[in-house]
Amino acid sequence: MAKTARLYDLAKVLRSKNAGPFELTLDVMFDDDETYQTVKRSGVIDRELICRLYRLRPEDVYHLVCFDAARAIKITIKRPVDSGGIGDTDIYGAQQHAPLIDVMIPIES
Amino acid sequence: MNEMRILSPCGILGYGFPETSFRRGLERGPDVIAVDAGSTDAGPLKLGAGTGIVSRQATEKDLRPILTGGHELEIPVIIGSAGGAGAKSHVEWSMQLIEEIVRERRLSFETAVIYADIDRDYLHRKLGENQIEPLGPVPDLTHAAIDDAVRIVGQMGCEPIIAALDHGAQLIVAGRAYDPAPFAALPIRAGFDPAMAMHLGKILECGALCADPGTTKDAILGYLRDDHFIVEALDDSRKCYPTSVAAHTLYEKGHPYILHGPGIELDLSGCAFEAETENSVRVSGSRAKTTDGYTIKLEGASQVAFRTIFIAGMRDPILIEHIDEITRGVVEQMRADYREVPESDYQILFHIYGKNAVMGSLEPLGKPGHEIGIVMEVVAATQELANAICASARSTMLHYPVAGRKSTAGNLAFLYSPSDIPCGPVYKFSVYHLVQVDDPCELFRTDYTKLQ
Repeated sequence: MAKTARLYDLAKVLRSKNAGPFELTLDVMFDDDETYQTVKRSGVIDRELICRLYRLRPEDVYHLVCFDAARAIKITIKRPVDSGGIGDTDIYGAQQHAPLIDVMIPIES
Repeated sequence: MNEMRILSPCGILGYGFPETSFRRGLERGPDVIAVDAGSTDAGPLKLGAGTGIVSRQATEKDLRPILTGGHELEIPVIIGSAGGAGAKSHVEWSMQLIEEIVRERRLSFETAVIYADIDRDYLHRKLGENQIEPLGPVPDLTHAAIDDAVRIVGQMGCEPIIAALDHGAQLIVAGRAYDPAPFAALPIRAGFDPAMAMHLGKILECGALCADPGTTKDAILGYLRDDHFIVEALDDSRKCYPTSVAAHTLYEKGHPYILHGPGIELDLSGCAFEAETENSVRVSGSRAKTTDGYTIKLEGASQVAFRTIFIAGMRDPILIEHIDEITRGVVEQMRADYREVPESDYQILFHIYGKNAVMGSLEPLGKPGHEIGIVMEVVAATQELANAICASARSTMLHYPVAGRKSTAGNLAFLYSPSDIPCGPVYKFSVYHLVQVDDPCELFRTDYTKLQ
């Protein structure tokens, strides 16, 4: 049976931050190539997953890009409320990565 | 081999840095000291209200060694996005501190002050000529939005700073600037590859955040060469690793390797990050293309409301279980009590820490903590209305009845007396657009003066 691991445990960095006041960017970064490639190849992190976790329309996921040189997956989405606007709960967007924590990734046993 | 050394004292002017690492940076013989003083991270308030990110005291503490160091080595000192949001009031505030330090330390500088405030008539004309477009998910700009904005600034590229260097300025205090520009201007002027210079600037502008452990409160040094650059940590407590520098390349940017700046588009997809020494990293392969035309990013803030809040805790398990019912009931009660006030004149928002205050409806976990923190905010058309509704909602919530309640003496543990805190005006970014310009310097007026 295929084993799975939490994204939070596999990643060295799992973070969110404003990319300007109207966009939120999520970075998932890894210590070693093997883990990075395992997550990348698993295909679990895709637009559909992000739309579901962040309740977005597909057109509100602006980028979902793998950057091999940094062993990073970057996802940039529409901010629910613009930074500092009425109803915003996270001005810097620094704690919006929580829905990614428990994403399960299949790993080779 | 051509080389230029760029010293970045800290991530934001006023965040502070250890004297020892800054001194070590000066001993490396930098060609320029550059520092970023701004950010839009903290929202539109600073631009709207004309206030800073850091205190006067903290800014002075950083400026003293920076100005003294630049004067001692006779190298340019370049400050970008002065005062936080980089509007005239922020630049003037910064200049006041600088003038005091220059007098106090008996320094002297040929000084350029570059303003980034954008004239409204100019924007009306550009809008009429169809030369302004939204940047990201924002509505098209309107003439009304131009008039409503309290302040509008443009993010300058390297060109106005290069013009000031050409003019002989040793100290350049720039209003709103593209974060890497103060770091890249001198090397680009000297003929270094703009792609490498801008990429290095992007890394240096946050101070030692690209090191591990990362911090914005420490100095970092860049060595720019013909076909690569080196980033070196200056404090013994941290090192630059290929992973930490690569990680910083994609920090707070929408795309990991395509970075848009004024007149330039960086492509970092082919970059290599390699260890140079045990505390420095070599980066090569940064590329760029010049853009079709030249655009300047505009930022403008307008005032939308006034806010009053209270902060309280809740510990009783029955109350916590019924918190959604309580907050709904409080809002309904206010709608009834203030029926003479149009509902569109105010909003009541609850932030329930310990339940879902950070993620709101996106929170994946359902169970609240054993205690919860409550921030209730009222945003309203006037401060008086925000205060009035906050006070009424607070007393309603304090005694709001729920079925089976045992703690009948009061529902809330107030943190302070007075419990209600008027927060003043609320702003929003009402202008976040790109304007097409003919000349990269046309929006940025520069005043030259000798400070001594």
